[in-house]
Amino acid sequence: MSGKPVTSTQSRAILICSGKGGVGKTTLTANLGVALAKQGARTAVLDADFGLRNLDLLLGLENRIVYTAQEVLSGSCRLEQALVKHKQEPNLSLLPAGNPRMLEWLTPEDMKKITDLLAEQFDYVLIDCPAGIEDGFKNAAAACREALVVTTPEVSAVRDADRVIGLLQTRGIEPIQLVLNRVRPRMMANQEMLSVSDVTDILALPLLGLVLEDEQVIVSTNRGEPLTLNGSRSPAGQAYTNVARRLRGEEVPLADPSKEGQGLRAKLGRLMHTKIF
Amino acid sequence: MTLRDFIDKLLGRQPASAGMARQRLQLVLAHDRSDLNPELLEQMRREILEVVSRYVEIDLEEGDVSLETEDRVTALVANLPIKRARPKPLPPGGDPSMATI
Repeated sequence: MSGKPVTSTQSRAILICSGKGGVGKTTLTANLGVALAKQGARTAVLDADFGLRNLDLLLGLENRIVYTAQEVLSGSCRLEQALVKHKQEPNLSLLPAGNPRMLEWLTPEDMKKITDLLAEQFDYVLIDCPAGIEDGFKNAAAACREALVVTTPEVSAVRDADRVIGLLQTRGIEPIQLVLNRVRPRMMANQEMLSVSDVTDILALPLLGLVLEDEQVIVSTNRGEPLTLNGSRSPAGQAYTNVARRLRGEEVPLADPSKEGQGLRAKLGRLMHTKIF
Repeated sequence: MTLRDFIDKLLGRQPASAGMARQRLQLVLAHDRSDLNPELLEQMRREILEVVSRYVEIDLEEGDVSLETEDRVTALVANLPIKRARPKPLPPGGDPSMATI
Protein backbone atom coordinates (compact mmCIF):
# COMPACT_ATOMS: atom_id res chain seq x y z
CA MET A 1 0.00 0.00 0.00
CA SER A 2 1.64 3.18 -1.12
CA GLY A 3 0.89 6.81 -0.44
CA LYS A 4 0.72 6.49 3.34
CA PRO A 5 2.67 9.08 5.23
CA VAL A 6 5.45 7.52 7.23
CA THR A 7 4.83 8.30 10.86
CA SER A 8 7.61 8.68 13.37
CA THR A 9 6.39 5.75 15.43
CA GLN A 10 5.78 2.36 13.90
CA SER A 11 2.04 2.68 14.22
CA ARG A 12 -0.05 -0.33 13.32
CA ALA A 13 -3.51 0.13 11.82
CA ILE A 14 -5.37 -3.14 12.22
CA LEU A 15 -8.76 -3.98 10.75
CA ILE A 16 -10.97 -6.24 12.85
CA CYS A 17 -13.47 -7.91 10.57
CA SER A 18 -15.49 -11.09 10.06
CA GLY A 19 -17.95 -10.84 7.21
CA LYS A 20 -20.75 -12.34 9.26
CA GLY A 21 -22.32 -10.26 12.01
CA GLY A 22 -22.52 -11.27 15.63
CA VAL A 23 -19.34 -13.35 15.80
CA GLY A 24 -17.53 -10.98 18.16
CA LYS A 25 -15.75 -8.21 16.24
CA THR A 26 -16.74 -5.42 18.58
CA THR A 27 -16.09 -7.49 21.69
CA LEU A 28 -12.63 -8.34 20.38
CA THR A 29 -11.92 -4.71 19.49
CA ALA A 30 -12.93 -3.50 22.96
CA ASN A 31 -11.05 -6.20 24.86
CA LEU A 32 -7.98 -6.05 22.67
CA GLY A 33 -7.90 -2.25 22.87
CA VAL A 34 -8.02 -2.33 26.66
CA ALA A 35 -5.45 -5.14 26.88
CA LEU A 36 -2.99 -3.37 24.56
CA ALA A 37 -3.40 -0.14 26.52
CA LYS A 38 -2.82 -1.96 29.81
CA GLN A 39 0.35 -3.44 28.34
CA GLY A 40 1.60 0.09 27.80
CA ALA A 41 0.80 0.65 24.13
CA ARG A 42 -0.92 3.89 23.15
CA THR A 43 -4.08 2.54 21.56
CA ALA A 44 -6.97 4.05 19.64
CA VAL A 45 -10.12 2.16 18.76
CA LEU A 46 -12.09 3.48 15.83
CA ASP A 47 -15.72 2.49 15.36
CA ALA A 48 -16.11 2.10 11.61
CA ASP A 49 -19.58 0.63 11.96
CA PHE A 50 -21.42 3.86 11.30
CA GLY A 51 -24.76 2.18 10.71
CA LEU A 52 -24.89 0.20 13.95
CA ARG A 53 -22.32 1.57 16.32
CA ASN A 54 -21.74 -0.28 19.57
CA LEU A 55 -18.08 0.01 20.47
CA ASP A 56 -18.83 2.97 22.75
CA LEU A 57 -21.35 0.84 24.65
CA LEU A 58 -19.00 -2.12 25.18
CA LEU A 59 -16.33 0.23 26.48
CA GLY A 60 -18.76 2.02 28.78
CA LEU A 61 -18.06 5.34 27.06
CA GLU A 62 -21.49 5.98 25.53
CA ASN A 63 -22.26 8.91 27.84
CA ARG A 64 -19.04 10.73 27.21
CA ILE A 65 -19.29 11.26 23.46
CA VAL A 66 -19.36 14.88 22.36
CA TYR A 67 -17.92 14.84 18.87
CA THR A 68 -17.44 11.94 16.44
CA ALA A 69 -15.40 11.01 13.38
CA GLN A 70 -17.95 12.97 11.39
CA GLU A 71 -17.02 16.33 12.97
CA VAL A 72 -13.32 15.53 12.61
CA LEU A 73 -13.75 14.89 8.90
CA SER A 74 -15.86 17.96 8.26
CA GLY A 75 -13.27 20.04 10.11
CA SER A 76 -15.71 21.30 12.73
CA CYS A 77 -13.57 19.92 15.54
CA ARG A 78 -10.04 18.78 16.15
CA LEU A 79 -9.20 15.09 16.55
CA GLU A 80 -8.34 15.63 20.23
CA GLN A 81 -11.82 16.99 20.90
CA ALA A 82 -13.53 13.93 19.45
CA LEU A 83 -11.32 11.32 21.09
CA VAL A 84 -12.85 9.87 24.26
CA LYS A 85 -10.16 8.88 26.68
CA HIS A 86 -10.91 5.87 28.88
CA LYS A 87 -10.94 6.93 32.54
CA GLN A 88 -9.39 3.83 34.02
CA GLU A 89 -7.04 3.21 31.14
CA PRO A 90 -5.69 6.54 29.87
CA ASN A 91 -3.62 4.79 27.17
CA LEU A 92 -6.88 3.96 25.42
CA SER A 93 -9.01 6.35 23.37
CA LEU A 94 -12.15 5.83 21.35
CA LEU A 95 -12.98 7.69 18.18
CA PRO A 96 -16.76 7.25 17.99
CA ALA A 97 -18.66 6.57 14.80
CA GLY A 98 -20.73 9.45 13.49
CA ASN A 99 -24.29 9.58 12.36
CA PRO A 100 -25.50 6.69 10.13
CA ARG A 101 -26.05 9.26 7.37
CA MET A 102 -22.28 9.44 7.06
CA LEU A 103 -22.58 6.26 5.03
CA GLU A 104 -23.98 8.30 2.16
CA TRP A 105 -20.84 10.30 1.60
CA LEU A 106 -17.99 8.54 3.38
CA THR A 107 -15.19 7.40 1.07
CA PRO A 108 -12.18 5.11 1.50
CA GLU A 109 -10.05 8.29 1.43
CA ASP A 110 -11.93 9.67 4.43
CA MET A 111 -11.22 6.53 6.42
CA LYS A 112 -7.56 6.68 5.42
CA LYS A 113 -7.40 10.30 6.49
CA ILE A 114 -8.81 9.55 9.95
CA THR A 115 -6.58 6.52 10.43
CA ASP A 116 -3.48 8.44 9.40
CA LEU A 117 -4.36 11.17 11.89
CA LEU A 118 -4.69 8.58 14.63
CA ALA A 119 -1.46 6.85 13.57
CA GLU A 120 0.46 10.03 14.38
CA GLN A 121 -0.47 9.71 18.04
CA PHE A 122 -1.02 6.03 18.72
CA ASP A 123 0.99 2.82 18.53
CA TYR A 124 -2.10 0.81 17.65
CA VAL A 125 -5.19 1.84 15.73
CA LEU A 126 -7.87 -0.85 15.90
CA ILE A 127 -10.68 -0.44 13.42
CA ASP A 128 -13.96 -2.14 14.25
CA CYS A 129 -15.31 -3.06 10.83
CA PRO A 130 -19.03 -3.38 10.06
CA ALA A 131 -20.41 -6.77 9.07
CA GLY A 132 -20.82 -7.52 5.38
CA ILE A 133 -18.54 -6.93 2.42
CA GLU A 134 -20.12 -3.78 1.05
CA ASP A 135 -19.04 -0.13 1.24
CA GLY A 136 -18.59 -0.04 5.01
CA PHE A 137 -16.12 -2.89 4.81
CA LYS A 138 -14.35 -1.45 1.76
CA ASN A 139 -13.95 1.94 3.42
CA ALA A 140 -12.52 0.41 6.57
CA ALA A 141 -10.24 -1.98 4.67
CA ALA A 142 -8.75 0.91 2.70
CA ALA A 143 -7.38 2.38 5.91
CA CYS A 144 -5.49 -0.68 7.16
CA ARG A 145 -2.29 -2.48 6.48
CA GLU A 146 -3.04 -5.58 8.52
CA ALA A 147 -6.15 -7.41 9.63
CA LEU A 148 -7.58 -9.74 12.23
CA VAL A 149 -10.38 -11.96 11.01
CA VAL A 150 -12.77 -13.12 13.71
CA THR A 151 -14.77 -16.27 13.17
CA THR A 152 -16.59 -18.96 15.13
CA PRO A 153 -16.50 -22.71 14.46
CA GLU A 154 -19.75 -22.62 12.49
CA VAL A 155 -20.23 -23.18 8.79
CA SER A 156 -21.78 -19.80 8.03
CA ALA A 157 -19.16 -17.83 9.96
CA VAL A 158 -16.28 -19.75 8.35
CA ARG A 159 -17.72 -19.34 4.89
CA ASP A 160 -18.15 -15.59 5.34
CA ALA A 161 -14.66 -15.31 6.82
CA ASP A 162 -13.33 -17.02 3.72
CA ARG A 163 -14.95 -14.42 1.48
CA VAL A 164 -13.51 -11.60 3.55
CA ILE A 165 -10.03 -13.15 3.55
CA GLY A 166 -10.14 -13.35 -0.24
CA LEU A 167 -11.06 -9.66 -0.44
CA LEU A 168 -8.33 -8.65 2.03
CA GLN A 169 -5.73 -10.61 0.09
CA THR A 170 -6.62 -8.97 -3.20
CA ARG A 171 -6.15 -5.63 -1.43
CA GLY A 172 -2.65 -6.65 -0.39
CA ILE A 173 -3.41 -6.49 3.32
CA GLU A 174 -0.76 -8.41 5.22
CA PRO A 175 -0.51 -10.07 7.68
CA ILE A 176 -4.03 -11.41 8.07
CA GLN A 177 -4.42 -13.38 11.27
CA LEU A 178 -7.27 -15.40 12.70
CA VAL A 179 -9.08 -15.22 16.03
CA LEU A 180 -11.37 -18.18 16.65
CA ASN A 181 -14.16 -17.11 18.95
CA ARG A 182 -16.85 -18.86 20.98
CA VAL A 183 -15.12 -22.21 21.06
CA ARG A 184 -16.90 -24.94 23.03
CA PRO A 185 -14.29 -27.54 24.01
CA ARG A 186 -16.83 -30.17 25.00
CA MET A 187 -18.61 -29.99 21.66
CA MET A 188 -15.27 -30.14 19.89
CA ALA A 189 -14.25 -33.18 21.91
CA ASN A 190 -17.53 -34.83 20.90
CA GLN A 191 -16.93 -33.92 17.26
CA GLU A 192 -20.10 -31.90 17.18
CA MET A 193 -18.23 -28.69 16.35
CA LEU A 194 -15.59 -27.92 13.73
CA SER A 195 -12.20 -28.37 15.38
CA VAL A 196 -9.55 -25.68 15.64
CA SER A 197 -7.47 -27.37 12.96
CA ASP A 198 -10.54 -27.77 10.71
CA VAL A 199 -10.98 -24.01 10.73
CA THR A 200 -7.30 -23.11 10.39
CA ASP A 201 -6.83 -25.68 7.60
CA ILE A 202 -9.82 -24.37 5.67
CA LEU A 203 -9.00 -20.68 6.07
CA ALA A 204 -5.21 -21.18 5.90
CA LEU A 205 -4.41 -18.31 8.23
CA PRO A 206 -2.11 -18.19 11.25
CA LEU A 207 -4.11 -18.47 14.46
CA LEU A 208 -3.56 -15.49 16.73
CA GLY A 209 -6.04 -16.45 19.40
CA LEU A 210 -8.63 -18.88 20.63
CA VAL A 211 -11.48 -17.61 22.79
CA LEU A 212 -13.73 -20.02 24.65
CA GLU A 213 -17.47 -19.45 24.88
CA ASP A 214 -17.78 -17.62 28.16
CA GLU A 215 -20.83 -16.21 29.94
CA GLN A 216 -18.63 -13.55 31.52
CA VAL A 217 -18.50 -11.82 28.12
CA ILE A 218 -22.20 -11.02 28.43
CA VAL A 219 -21.79 -9.87 32.02
CA SER A 220 -18.94 -7.59 30.99
CA THR A 221 -20.92 -6.05 28.15
CA ASN A 222 -23.81 -5.45 30.53
CA ARG A 223 -21.46 -3.42 32.68
CA GLY A 224 -19.58 -1.74 29.87
CA GLU A 225 -16.30 -3.01 31.30
CA PRO A 226 -14.31 -5.25 28.96
CA LEU A 227 -13.01 -8.42 30.64
CA THR A 228 -9.42 -7.35 30.11
CA LEU A 229 -9.99 -4.13 32.06
CA ASN A 230 -9.84 -5.58 35.56
CA GLY A 231 -7.58 -8.51 34.85
CA SER A 232 -10.46 -11.00 34.79
CA ARG A 233 -9.34 -14.60 35.22
CA SER A 234 -12.27 -15.79 33.14
CA PRO A 235 -11.29 -17.93 30.12
CA ALA A 236 -12.31 -15.30 27.57
CA GLY A 237 -10.61 -12.49 29.49
CA GLN A 238 -7.34 -14.39 29.56
CA ALA A 239 -7.68 -15.30 25.90
CA TYR A 240 -8.11 -11.65 24.89
CA THR A 241 -5.10 -10.64 26.95
CA ASN A 242 -3.09 -13.34 25.20
CA VAL A 243 -4.23 -12.13 21.78
CA ALA A 244 -2.86 -8.69 22.70
CA ARG A 245 0.45 -10.18 23.85
CA ARG A 246 0.84 -12.21 20.65
CA LEU A 247 -0.05 -9.19 18.56
CA ARG A 248 2.84 -7.36 20.22
CA GLY A 249 5.19 -10.16 19.25
CA GLU A 250 5.30 -12.08 22.49
CA GLU A 251 5.33 -15.86 22.26
CA VAL A 252 2.33 -17.22 24.12
CA PRO A 253 1.52 -20.87 23.46
CA LEU A 254 -1.90 -21.80 22.09
CA ALA A 255 -3.60 -24.91 23.42
CA ASP A 256 -6.00 -27.01 21.38
CA PRO A 257 -9.07 -27.16 23.63
CA SER A 258 -10.24 -30.49 22.26
CA LYS A 259 -6.92 -32.09 23.17
CA GLU A 260 -6.31 -30.28 26.38
CA GLY A 261 -8.24 -32.11 29.08
CA GLN A 262 -6.63 -34.69 31.31
CA GLY A 263 -9.91 -36.04 32.67
CA LEU A 264 -11.55 -39.32 31.74
CA ARG A 265 -13.96 -37.56 29.41
CA ALA A 266 -11.14 -36.00 27.42
CA LYS A 267 -9.23 -39.28 27.24
CA LEU A 268 -12.34 -41.12 26.13
CA GLY A 269 -12.95 -38.38 23.57
CA ARG A 270 -9.48 -38.85 22.13
CA LEU A 271 -9.93 -42.63 22.00
CA MET A 272 -13.19 -42.19 20.12
CA HIS A 273 -11.46 -40.14 17.44
CA THR A 274 -8.59 -42.47 16.80
CA LYS A 275 -8.78 -43.64 13.24
CA ILE A 276 -9.47 -47.37 13.24
CA PHE A 277 -9.68 -47.89 9.49
CA MET B 1 -13.42 -44.01 10.09
CA THR B 2 -13.00 -43.31 13.76
CA LEU B 3 -14.12 -45.46 16.67
CA ARG B 4 -16.91 -42.98 17.28
CA ASP B 5 -18.16 -43.28 13.69
CA PHE B 6 -18.04 -47.05 14.00
CA ILE B 7 -20.10 -47.12 17.19
CA ASP B 8 -22.55 -44.65 15.70
CA LYS B 9 -22.97 -46.93 12.74
CA LEU B 10 -23.50 -49.98 14.95
CA LEU B 11 -26.17 -48.20 16.94
CA GLY B 12 -27.73 -46.65 13.87
CA ARG B 13 -27.09 -43.15 15.24
CA GLN B 14 -26.42 -40.08 13.19
CA PRO B 15 -22.68 -39.54 12.79
CA ALA B 16 -21.09 -36.60 14.61
CA SER B 17 -21.86 -33.40 12.77
CA ALA B 18 -18.39 -31.85 12.64
CA GLY B 19 -17.36 -34.11 9.76
CA MET B 20 -20.42 -33.08 7.81
CA ALA B 21 -19.71 -29.42 8.51
CA ARG B 22 -16.17 -29.86 7.21
CA GLN B 23 -17.27 -31.61 4.02
CA ARG B 24 -20.06 -29.18 3.26
CA LEU B 25 -17.77 -26.22 3.86
CA GLN B 26 -15.02 -27.56 1.65
CA LEU B 27 -17.47 -28.04 -1.19
CA VAL B 28 -19.15 -24.67 -0.87
CA LEU B 29 -15.82 -22.86 -0.50
CA ALA B 30 -14.38 -24.52 -3.57
CA HIS B 31 -17.25 -23.01 -5.51
CA ASP B 32 -17.13 -19.63 -3.73
CA ARG B 33 -13.44 -19.29 -4.41
CA SER B 34 -13.48 -20.38 -8.02
CA ASP B 35 -16.37 -18.08 -8.91
CA LEU B 36 -17.50 -20.63 -11.49
CA ASN B 37 -21.21 -20.95 -11.79
CA PRO B 38 -22.66 -24.47 -11.81
CA GLU B 39 -23.70 -24.16 -15.44
CA LEU B 40 -20.17 -23.36 -16.63
CA LEU B 41 -18.76 -26.11 -14.44
CA GLU B 42 -21.18 -28.59 -15.98
CA GLN B 43 -20.25 -27.49 -19.49
CA MET B 44 -16.56 -27.83 -18.67
CA ARG B 45 -17.15 -31.27 -17.20
CA ARG B 46 -18.94 -32.41 -20.35
CA GLU B 47 -16.18 -31.14 -22.62
CA ILE B 48 -13.44 -32.72 -20.54
CA LEU B 49 -15.21 -36.08 -20.63
CA GLU B 50 -15.68 -35.70 -24.36
CA VAL B 51 -11.99 -35.09 -25.02
CA VAL B 52 -10.79 -37.82 -22.71
CA SER B 53 -13.18 -40.40 -24.11
CA ARG B 54 -11.81 -39.85 -27.62
CA TYR B 55 -8.62 -41.49 -26.40
CA VAL B 56 -9.80 -43.96 -23.79
CA GLU B 57 -13.09 -45.54 -22.88
CA ILE B 58 -14.05 -44.24 -19.48
CA ASP B 59 -16.50 -45.46 -16.92
CA LEU B 60 -19.10 -42.73 -17.04
CA GLU B 61 -20.94 -44.03 -13.98
CA GLU B 62 -17.87 -43.75 -11.79
CA GLY B 63 -16.34 -40.71 -13.41
CA ASP B 64 -16.30 -37.47 -11.47
CA VAL B 65 -15.06 -33.98 -12.19
CA SER B 66 -15.21 -31.65 -9.21
CA LEU B 67 -13.63 -28.72 -7.49
CA GLU B 68 -11.57 -29.35 -4.40
CA THR B 69 -9.88 -26.88 -2.21
CA GLU B 70 -6.95 -27.02 0.13
CA ASP B 71 -4.82 -24.27 1.62
CA ARG B 72 -6.87 -21.67 -0.22
CA VAL B 73 -5.93 -23.21 -3.57
CA THR B 74 -8.80 -24.59 -5.57
CA ALA B 75 -8.12 -27.48 -7.90
CA LEU B 76 -10.21 -29.06 -10.60
CA VAL B 77 -10.02 -32.77 -9.89
CA ALA B 78 -11.03 -35.29 -12.50
CA ASN B 79 -11.34 -38.88 -11.43
CA LEU B 80 -12.03 -40.92 -14.56
CA PRO B 81 -11.71 -44.71 -14.31
CA ILE B 82 -10.44 -46.06 -17.64
CA LYS B 83 -12.16 -49.15 -19.00
CA ARG B 84 -9.79 -49.63 -21.91
CA ALA B 85 -7.66 -47.60 -24.27
CA ARG B 86 -8.95 -47.01 -27.74
CA PRO B 87 -6.78 -48.55 -30.47
CA LYS B 88 -7.14 -45.32 -32.42
CA PRO B 89 -8.28 -41.95 -31.07
CA LEU B 90 -11.71 -40.95 -32.30
CA PRO B 91 -12.09 -37.70 -34.24
CA PRO B 92 -13.55 -34.75 -32.32
CA GLY B 93 -17.21 -35.35 -31.54
CA GLY B 94 -16.80 -38.94 -32.72
CA ASP B 95 -18.04 -40.95 -29.77
CA PRO B 96 -21.75 -41.65 -30.10
CA SER B 97 -22.02 -42.69 -26.42
CA MET B 98 -21.09 -39.17 -25.35
CA ALA B 99 -24.30 -37.75 -26.73
CA THR B 100 -26.15 -38.88 -23.62
CA ILE B 101 -23.88 -37.27 -21.03
